[in-house]
Amino acid sequence: MQLEQNFFKLFELVEGYHLDLQQLADRYRLLQKEIHPDRYAHASEREQLRAVQYTAHVNEALNTLKSPLKRAQYLLKLRGRELCPESRTVMEPMFLMQQMEWRERLEGIRHHSDPEAELELLGDDVQLHWQQLIETFTQSLADSSDEQLDRACDTVRKMQFLDKLRREIEQAEDELMDD
Amino acid sequence: MLLQIAEPGQSARPHQHKLAVGIDLGTTNSLVATVRSGEAHTLADEQNHHLLPSAVRYKADGQVVVGLEAKQQASRDSVNTILSVKRLMGRGIEDVQQLGDQLPYDFNSDGGGMPYIRTVAGDKSPVEVSAEILRVLVERGQASLGGDLVGAVITVPAYFDDAQRQATKDAAKLAGLNVLRLLNEPTAAAVAYGLDQEAEGIFAVYDLGGGTFDISILRLNRGVFEVLATGGDSALGGDDFDHVVAEWIIAEMDNPSLSRDQLRAILDAACDAKQQLTEKDQAEVDLQLGSLSWQGQLTLDHFNQLIQPLVKKTLRACKRALRDASVSVDAVRDVVMVGGSTRVRHVRALVADYFGRAPHIDIDPDRVVAIGAAIQADVLAGNKPGSEMLLLDVIPLSLGLETMGGLVEKIIDRNTVIPVARAQEFTTYKDGQTGMVIHVLQGERELVEHCRSLSRFVLQGIPPMTAGAAKVRVTFQVDADGLLNVSARELTSGVESAIEVKPSYGLSDGEIAGMIKDSFSHAEQDNDARTLREQQVEADRLIDALGAAMDADGERLLSVEDQVSLRQGIDHLNRLNQSDDHKMIAKGIEVLSAASDEFAARRMDDGVRRALAGHSVDEV
Repeated sequence: MQLEQNFFKLFELVEGYHLDLQQLADRYRLLQKEIHPDRYAHASEREQLRAVQYTAHVNEALNTLKSPLKRAQYLLKLRGRELCPESRTVMEPMFLMQQMEWRERLEGIRHHSDPEAELELLGDDVQLHWQQLIETFTQSLADSSDEQLDRACDTVRKMQFLDKLRREIEQAEDELMDD
Repeated sequence: MLLQIAEPGQSARPHQHKLAVGIDLGTTNSLVATVRSGEAHTLADEQNHHLLPSAVRYKADGQVVVGLEAKQQASRDSVNTILSVKRLMGRGIEDVQQLGDQLPYDFNSDGGGMPYIRTVAGDKSPVEVSAEILRVLVERGQASLGGDLVGAVITVPAYFDDAQRQATKDAAKLAGLNVLRLLNEPTAAAVAYGLDQEAEGIFAVYDLGGGTFDISILRLNRGVFEVLATGGDSALGGDDFDHVVAEWIIAEMDNPSLSRDQLRAILDAACDAKQQLTEKDQAEVDLQLGSLSWQGQLTLDHFNQLIQPLVKKTLRACKRALRDASVSVDAVRDVVMVGGSTRVRHVRALVADYFGRAPHIDIDPDRVVAIGAAIQADVLAGNKPGSEMLLLDVIPLSLGLETMGGLVEKIIDRNTVIPVARAQEFTTYKDGQTGMVIHVLQGERELVEHCRSLSRFVLQGIPPMTAGAAKVRVTFQVDADGLLNVSARELTSGVESAIEVKPSYGLSDGEIAGMIKDSFSHAEQDNDARTLREQQVEADRLIDALGAAMDADGERLLSVEDQVSLRQGIDHLNRLNQSDDHKMIAKGIEVLSAASDEFAARRMDDGVRRALAGHSVDEV
């Protein structure tokens, strides 16, 4: 495949955490108009297959860049930090404490007097913390020293925890709705 | 109207109009539509009926009756008359048994999990029953268009899982129909609506049919229909409204014991009451079931109360879809109502209340899906070169693998744009382990038992190593129809295993081939003629497409020698195509496609470069 492999270059975007999502969406549409399998529905099987492969690549690029967590992980990958070493997963006690507190709140949600309001508060807290992590991450990334990259890895690991927590909050929301 | 500009990659020269149709294979009714002189229409039968009731009756003499006549006979021969077969598509015998008394059929559970329905004409799988409906629609299409169809776009509920989609495609195969694309019903509706209204912005399509519910959130932008999120329930629809009303009637009758025919008659009466209430505030029910009879009234208020929990369930799915799309209710520009069940006033009222605006009900909710499918079929058949229309859809449910402890690891999240491919590496957990079970699941829950098991296969021949040393890469590929392929490969040895995901209770390729053969056995010679015709169409397609591509880009992208040799190749295939030797034609197609492969690749890369030309990094 001759398609540009670097997802940022593929969309002709400046490599970095902060993206113009509108621009990403517009360029994604322009590329899709060119390569989508529907454009090749009456072409040969080989061409159809290539269209599927190209489109899958462009879709993967979109998915990666669109998601804040995946975008951060991808930026580290481009800097040779695909898998942040497990040994570095020792979390700061403060962060662990915070995690435990959030999880306890989530587990107690059903017994809360106003579960929906409590879930929203919890979601807001997590969101606030997330913003702080993003700031730390972009600062670390600006300086490409090994030490700062290690720090960026740690931050992404924290982001992974928060991301998981956010999904669990969403699930709790779903369960509340289903009652 | 969309602009008609010839684009590179598409034939700009006058070409033969290809006959293609859109098919809405519905729970209650089915339709076929096509584009003629630029306008999409649904096609009627000889009695001028557009809707074909999705009813199939098997008779003892082997005759199969499809449509209105079958539906009308349902309460006299309920065991042999299959209604709402769509609810059984892609389902295992356990799922079907959970539906319990709702279905007046006998199932043969010896079919390896596949729910075969016992009829006087033998055991029938839901796939075969659906194929009967498709055959009638294809015949109707051919009769009214006057020729063979190159293919069809068949719509499926957006919330259909892989097994249900695969079953639908199998039914088409069995009916001898070439599937151009499986298209999600709400997306089809958006196409029909969006092109009509020249709409731009964010839209919600609320599609409540006879047996399925879908909600899709789409962004419409210059002919591109981008599905942002979809949700729903593939076992919730107007049929369920009938069931709650029937339950109420039966309770009012003091729960008599009922025969299957009587039960079917009560369901018909419940459906009739529901339909009366779309216009009146009170419905009259008058049941005469032989020795049993019952008369009564159902008020609109009471009906609304009965169906309230079901409608509320659809609104929860709306909320989740909006969240998945990261769109607030206020950002939705319009709500489009699709499906016969949106005629129920309480549905409209609650949807209007939830979205804070009156939904669009001015389009015919029965026909809009088939119309959208016909428009897409016209584009895919190559009748609209330069069309700006493009549909970008998503998978409705997450796909994953079973990992240690009965947990599901998600590989592709729900609402990911398709087509998509993703790989993940796994390792062995025991020393000397030589095989690995790959268990593919679909669903959102964490535990294997709460997800739908799509398939299970074993990668064998892994060289014995210490635990954790082997690296197995499992690749998931979802195509534009939303169908999944899974392959697994051990990276150090290169041992590979690939499967097209076929649910354990689906039909195997062998079974389908056998059924197709059976249906052709009485017309052997037709078979050869058919193959020849197919190859000739295929050859014409290649000749046309390559010729147009050479005219557009040949001089720019190819050396003179390559141009000459490809032109000669085209001439050669043209000559072969005059013969009646389908094998020679097939060989010729293969040779020419291989020879033009590099050219095709260059054109595609060139297209990608030009798509973003003028959008360079410096400009930002």
